[in-house]
Amino acid sequence: MLGSGFDLSPALPEAFLFVAGLALLAVAAWRERQANGFTLPLVALSFLVAALLLLGRDPTPTLAFDGHFVADGFANFVKVLILLAAAGSLLLAPAWLSDEGVERFEFPLLALFSTLGMAMMVSANSLLALYMALELHSLPLYVLAAFKRDEIRATEAGLKYFVLGALASGLLLYGCSLVYGFTGTLRFDVLASTFAGKGGAVLPLGAIVGLVFVVAGLAFKLAAVPFHMWTPDVYEGAPTPVTAFLTAAPKLAAFALLLRLLFQPFATYVDEWQQVVILVAVASMLLGAFAAIGQSNIKRLMAYSSIGHVGYALVGVAAGTGEGVHAVLVYLGIYLVMSIGTFGCILMMRRQGRYVEAIQDLAGLSRSRPLMALALALFMFSLAGIPPLAGFFGKLYVFLAAIRADLVWLAVVGVLTSVIGAFYYLRIVKIMYFDEPAESFDPLPRPGLGLVVAATAVLVAGFPLLPGPLVESAQAAARSLLGS
Amino acid sequence: MPAIPLSHYLVLAALLFTIGVFGIFLNRKNVIVILMSIELLLLAINVNFVAFSAYLGDLAGQAFAMFVLTVAAAEAAIGLAIVVVYFRNRGSIEVEDINLMKG
Repeated sequence: MLGSGFDLSPALPEAFLFVAGLALLAVAAWRERQANGFTLPLVALSFLVAALLLLGRDPTPTLAFDGHFVADGFANFVKVLILLAAAGSLLLAPAWLSDEGVERFEFPLLALFSTLGMAMMVSANSLLALYMALELHSLPLYVLAAFKRDEIRATEAGLKYFVLGALASGLLLYGCSLVYGFTGTLRFDVLASTFAGKGGAVLPLGAIVGLVFVVAGLAFKLAAVPFHMWTPDVYEGAPTPVTAFLTAAPKLAAFALLLRLLFQPFATYVDEWQQVVILVAVASMLLGAFAAIGQSNIKRLMAYSSIGHVGYALVGVAAGTGEGVHAVLVYLGIYLVMSIGTFGCILMMRRQGRYVEAIQDLAGLSRSRPLMALALALFMFSLAGIPPLAGFFGKLYVFLAAIRADLVWLAVVGVLTSVIGAFYYLRIVKIMYFDEPAESFDPLPRPGLGLVVAATAVLVAGFPLLPGPLVESAQAAARSLLGS
Repeated sequence: MPAIPLSHYLVLAALLFTIGVFGIFLNRKNVIVILMSIELLLLAINVNFVAFSAYLGDLAGQAFAMFVLTVAAAEAAIGLAIVVVYFRNRGSIEVEDINLMKG
């Protein structure tokens, strides 16, 4: 007899992705030569199909896999964003893969399984599901970081990412074991009702320590200070399409997991975790603003920039309110678009058949490639948070949420670090528009890259005209998470 | 027969976990030791899970330990594969040589 726990329909998009991945793997194993070309578009297509399966689903929470998996409005919204971000960043890759002679079917398939892990992370409803999903998302990423296996920098990046990622999983898992031991359950909903039943009684010390370990493990995955050491090296060393993939979807998945953990089971204990999150947010914003100033490699600069942006998004988490959750979701939705666009521009930096990544290589770009310079300038202004571009509104929502939660000083720190951070974004714009031109870049061989960059640039510039879809669905998702 | 109290298991697991973390950070020799330390971390956690599971009379913890074991195997396979490709490029797996990029 099959109980209701065996109904898999809430996990339909994940099941679809999984079957698609296995089918493509089987086809590719027999038709390897042809598969290297067609796997990537098919994987991107299956991301879009899975996103379509999610649209219009019932937002009431439904459980599957014996309660370890939950599908609700929050999960649906975040999964759509993750799938779109994964498809967008994957579509940046084909030109790079064929230029570098590593056009192999494993690349998109590893990305597919990693994305499947991210979708499971968002829907995790127990510590076990949390851990398994997190590993499913991380293990393919370690391989992807070392994908260009005859290049020493890529393998070094893979090695560093693997060692620190495994350490982070260890910390997280140790935290899981403590939370389990001191509360007696793995399920998030059971944890929530146990805590609510106690009516705010003091959390057992072991469970607090466990929670801190879990948050530290997630901070590693988010690349938040003080767990950011791996980020610059991995971003610089990993192949550029992999870096683009790493910046977008995994951040969102880790944030979603953090939000679900803190706002569902541990919602009663806001005071216990709020200080930790504030500390991490402030440290990340400061490091992101100062450490990026001296960088000469644009991928390394983007690594520090991403650390800073994680800090801003954490300000919304620290607010500890529904408004804060809403702000985080809007912020991350906007950040995904900006980072995919920026990495699209970085992937266009190709000179005499070789990819270059120094900021000085952009000198005088406005004269040789005016459209690319315009797009990159848009992304830089938006990342810096200059109105009326999308990045400004993301920051606005986050800081407003912090102010309404009586954390005015945190918002002030955020504004000050944004001003400092604006320096290095504007420096790139200055180099592109006012420096003596360097030799011009190679023309684009295929239109795909240009299309993705153009689409993200339109989204970044057009957001203030049509903020509705993102802002309103994020609002609904936040309400679904908080159950009100 | 006097049973071993839960606290003994927890102290053992905490000690093993600490040794694992120190093995990763203080190790200046080679990367294989780091891989061993990661395994040690995961096994320490398994001791925790099984001890809690027996103490609480709840099987979920032991099921979790089985999952951790399988994931640890996959993780070790990937880790060793990355170490092998790294060694082919660099000709060394000394921790001090992993310094091409500053940071």
